[in-house]
Amino acid sequence: MSAITSPARQASSGISARTINRIVIYGLLALFALFYLMPLFVMLVTSFKTMDEIQNGNMLSLPQSPTIAPWFKAWGETCVGLTCAGIKGYFWNSIKMVVPAVLISTLLGALNGYVLTKWRFRGHTLVFAMMLFACFIPFQSVLLPMATILGSIGRFGATLQNATGFNFGLGNSTVNLVFVHVVYGLGFTTLFFRNYYEAFPTELIKAAQVDGASFFQIFRRIMLPNSMPIFVVTVIYQFTNIWNDFLFASAYAGTGDVMPMTVALNNVVNTSTGVVEYNVNMAAAMIAALPTLIVYVVAGRYFVRGLMAGAVKG
Amino acid sequence: MSTVAETTAKLTPEHDTRPGASVRSRLQDLLPKIVLAPSFAATIVFVYGFILWTIYLSFTNSKTFPSYDITGARAYQRLWRWTFESDPPSSWYTSITNMGIFGFLYILICLALGLFLAILLDQKIRGEGMLRPIYLYPMALSFIVTGVAWKWFLDPGLGLEQTLHQWGWTSFHFDWIKNKDFVIYTVVIAGVWQASGFIMAMFLAGLRGIDGEIMKAAQIDGATTFQLYRRIVIPLLRPVFLSAFIVLAHLAIKSYDLVVALTSGGPGGSAWLPSNFMYEFTFKRNEMAVGSASAVIMLMTLTAIIVPYLYSELREKPR
Repeated sequence: MSAITSPARQASSGISARTINRIVIYGLLALFALFYLMPLFVMLVTSFKTMDEIQNGNMLSLPQSPTIAPWFKAWGETCVGLTCAGIKGYFWNSIKMVVPAVLISTLLGALNGYVLTKWRFRGHTLVFAMMLFACFIPFQSVLLPMATILGSIGRFGATLQNATGFNFGLGNSTVNLVFVHVVYGLGFTTLFFRNYYEAFPTELIKAAQVDGASFFQIFRRIMLPNSMPIFVVTVIYQFTNIWNDFLFASAYAGTGDVMPMTVALNNVVNTSTGVVEYNVNMAAAMIAALPTLIVYVVAGRYFVRGLMAGAVKG
Repeated sequence: MSTVAETTAKLTPEHDTRPGASVRSRLQDLLPKIVLAPSFAATIVFVYGFILWTIYLSFTNSKTFPSYDITGARAYQRLWRWTFESDPPSSWYTSITNMGIFGFLYILICLALGLFLAILLDQKIRGEGMLRPIYLYPMALSFIVTGVAWKWFLDPGLGLEQTLHQWGWTSFHFDWIKNKDFVIYTVVIAGVWQASGFIMAMFLAGLRGIDGEIMKAAQIDGATTFQLYRRIVIPLLRPVFLSAFIVLAHLAIKSYDLVVALTSGGPGGSAWLPSNFMYEFTFKRNEMAVGSASAVIMLMTLTAIIVPYLYSELREKPR
């Protein structure tokens, strides 16, 4: 794509028109950059201010006497509902949920993509289409049956607990959420790997088959070593999605000390007892945002690629 | 049984001489399907089975707990009646009106702003590598964080209004977030803030994919910049418009978290979307059948958009 001023027009309208043009473009771009940065900036400076400064000062001014106390308070002391032990426990809940959910769904997605491209069978497109459609459903349409099933599993777990002294993770909120996120993340992970493996030369697989390599040998020795980029994309995509999920989290782990980070944050902010400590709220929001922000800063290219792959199919 | 063995033998001729090997090779043959089966079964049960279950529930009179006696389409009749109950508005009326306002503005503004920013960024800009991530980072945040940030920013007593008052513009008034008639527009603002950068990235990728020769030819023919974009570039971006529309439509219908975090539902539930309606009626108001019916309506709406799209996407390249 070429610049807005063509060489022909440059010559006729002179250099000044071009300069004005550039100034307008850069001005607009800068203005929009401010629009996108503003909320994050306000959140960040507010989290370092004292309550006094927030009430009497300007939202946009830098903290006069920067303090890190709100961050410590958010992490270790702030009240979530009735318990006042900070958000650290919920942060770890999210970690414990995200790591297994991402790993399992990514690995299954890789296997599914491998089967759907290199071991095709009749009706493979239909199978893929059905799994793909699952990505797009509003989860409200499965929310209630899943709640019912998870409830039954929980009761079964409690029975096992009474009988054997161990519930095998049945009824545990984190296990439930891992399960839910794996099931409803499969469509996306399968999509990513299918599209990636689609371009992978089938001759290599055929050759390996002739040499007597088995299904799993081919996967491990040939596919996996060549899948690094799509693994990064999928892991980042799943990590962001699952970390940021609120609907499933609030439906299946919405109260008590089992809440994931997003639900806890929402509770912190909407706790109406006592003085609202905005600086602590903002610090809590920053802590909730940090993991995905760090991923974005470190691997932004892969993040964007994941979003694109999720948007443009086929 | 024998046909399976025959096909297996045909596929892997080197295995069929020894009797034990035929079983092994048949297993090898089935293995891909065995690997795929759990995922597919999970999709069938937990997606399609659960959807049917939800549809079933919507035809019962389930309240707090699911009941399995079919009692007819009463839930849908109630929703239908509420659809026209505008004064005072029923929660359902508010939800679907909000969905219309939010969906329309959110999609339109994101598309317009995304395209506009992409075109600006495509003018050989110095520092593009720095600007692009700034426009796009909100997409990495959760709706809850976005909601918290904008709630603060739009709060009349703390945010923008207060700031402008301090700067001397004392007559400035902006309390949409507390106003039941305008609260849904604050959801639009926050939603656009979050998604428009991503739409920009989609358009930018599309622009970069356009053949430079076409542009040059048009310029030589004396097309002005505006004509160039209006007549050549934008029509070429049609597929991107479609993808972006699908992404935005599905984000819009799924929006739930943002309303909760930004407005807590708004004064008297005035910021509800159908997703919030479903959640509240199912889990808070013990109207499970009505909640299920609303979920079914949401699903149908989304299906009407997604299925034709997926069909064309998967059909285009016959394999």
